[in-house]
Amino acid sequence: MALKFTRKPGNELEKEGRSLEPTLGETEYVCPNCHRTLPESTLDAGMWVCTCGHHFRISARKRLALLTDEGSFSELFGDIESNDPLAFPGYQKKLEKARETSGEKESVVTGTASFSGIKAAVFAMTPDFMMGSMGTATGEKITRLFEYAAENSLPVVGWTVSGGARMQEGLLSLMQMAKTSGAVKKHSDRGLLYITVLTDPTTGGVTASFAMEGDIIMAEPGATVGFAGRRVVEQTTMESLPRDFQTSEFILAHGFADIITPRSDEKRLISALLGFHGETR
Amino acid sequence: MTAYDRVRTARNTSRPTTQDYITAMFTGFIELHGDRRYRDDEAIIGGLAYLGDMPVTVIGIEKGHDTIERMRRSFGAPEPEGYRKALRLMKQAEKFRRPVICFVDTSGAYCGIGAEERGQGQAIAENLMEMMTLRTPIISVLIGEGGSGGALALAVSDRVWMLENAVYSVISPEGCASILYKDASEAPKAAESLRLTAADALSFRVAERVISEEGIGTEEFYGALAGDLYEELGRLAGTEDLTEKRYQRFRSFGNYKDIK
Ligand SMILES: [Zn+2]
Repeated sequence: MALKFTRKPGNELEKEGRSLEPTLGETEYVCPNCHRTLPESTLDAGMWVCTCGHHFRISARKRLALLTDEGSFSELFGDIESNDPLAFPGYQKKLEKARETSGEKESVVTGTASFSGIKAAVFAMTPDFMMGSMGTATGEKITRLFEYAAENSLPVVGWTVSGGARMQEGLLSLMQMAKTSGAVKKHSDRGLLYITVLTDPTTGGVTASFAMEGDIIMAEPGATVGFAGRRVVEQTTMESLPRDFQTSEFILAHGFADIITPRSDEKRLISALLGFHGETR
Repeated sequence: MTAYDRVRTARNTSRPTTQDYITAMFTGFIELHGDRRYRDDEAIIGGLAYLGDMPVTVIGIEKGHDTIERMRRSFGAPEPEGYRKALRLMKQAEKFRRPVICFVDTSGAYCGIGAEERGQGQAIAENLMEMMTLRTPIISVLIGEGGSGGALALAVSDRVWMLENAVYSVISPEGCASILYKDASEAPKAAESLRLTAADALSFRVAERVISEEGIGTEEFYGALAGDLYEELGRLAGTEDLTEKRYQRFRSFGNYKDIK
């Protein structure tokens, strides 16, 4: 399912290409970078990358369909979903709405898939579910996936998209940072490979946990990647920020990502990297 | 006391800080500086000390007391170098089989251009990963504010203890209020919703013990805490599968549905 933002963005992370009401026929999207209007079919044909190079945010299912071997994705832990452990104001409603817009039970989809025939455990976070925020169900799914991969000696490939730990589950969300990191470490200690692909936006508690823990860290061009929110940094430091502040290019230049890859080349590169570490070696 | 009263108490600048605990509870403290990569972050203090007759590595976030010191210590907001120094000292403790005691007191990791340039997220992530399998006992004591990932980066421990008025939260009540109510002055309301008090943390089993603040700052107070730490470290030293138990401690956190 394509991601559409017809409502006003709730915060800076939610700003993205707006969809225009379909007048006749198909929905059109406005590229937030070059402001071109693009019909859905054109975007679909081009992996949701504008001719100007802007990488649109895409849902987890679309991503898995685009970037893994056709029909190879098999879902795991798909029945796990959030509770409202703190009875937090407005959370139930927010969850219901997120489930409705995204068609997902949680902000991450987990399972196995293959890349040019090489099997891996995979996760893809989804921006249309509370901007990929990490609640305890998200943390549980990621943790179970790494445990499953460790047991079955599989590499892990994961796409991150997240506004950070989910405030509505309080301290329990915060603990998911440690829990997932522990699962990554156990998987790593078995000598297994973990590739992360940072996509727009990857911030907060997810950056400060499993997003930055890959053996190899890839990033999509122009993605926002950082720990503190841009606006918060601006307000705290009262300095003007570098133009490329907290982009994929910025973190690569500062040594925190291995490689920036356009979406069109992602699958080839992931396959090649898995090939270096696979059974066929 | 409301949740926000506790937040205010936790932030009170006259409260004892890490330095006070180190001076009062340990002997022979030798401070060790720097992350061996870039610089020394004075928001984190670390070094060697004796707890009774037990050599330990002690690390803590320091807010400072007077204004000049508070500025030097970035008001207890560590930069990536601080977390890297802490990890370096923990690895050293592992090598020389010393237990680790961490004092946590921060509104959060430092928020700035340099911190982002030098990988604040990566530094915290690495601590979470490495602390989980550190082969020596770790106890963290939250003495004031436990601000999000910046606090957790020193609290992936076998035991987490909290002072009665310490708080531990995924986001500041002000930050939460400005998202939830578009108004930071609604922080007291947000503080209630976030369940950030020591009693809340105990109820989630995120903390094992709440330390009474009766007589805080007195010799008896420090003496009792030192005694409790000594005893608990002794117990942990004899624990089999310590790191597996630490993992299971964090593994158990969550409240979700799994409908088949
Ligand atoms: Zn464009």
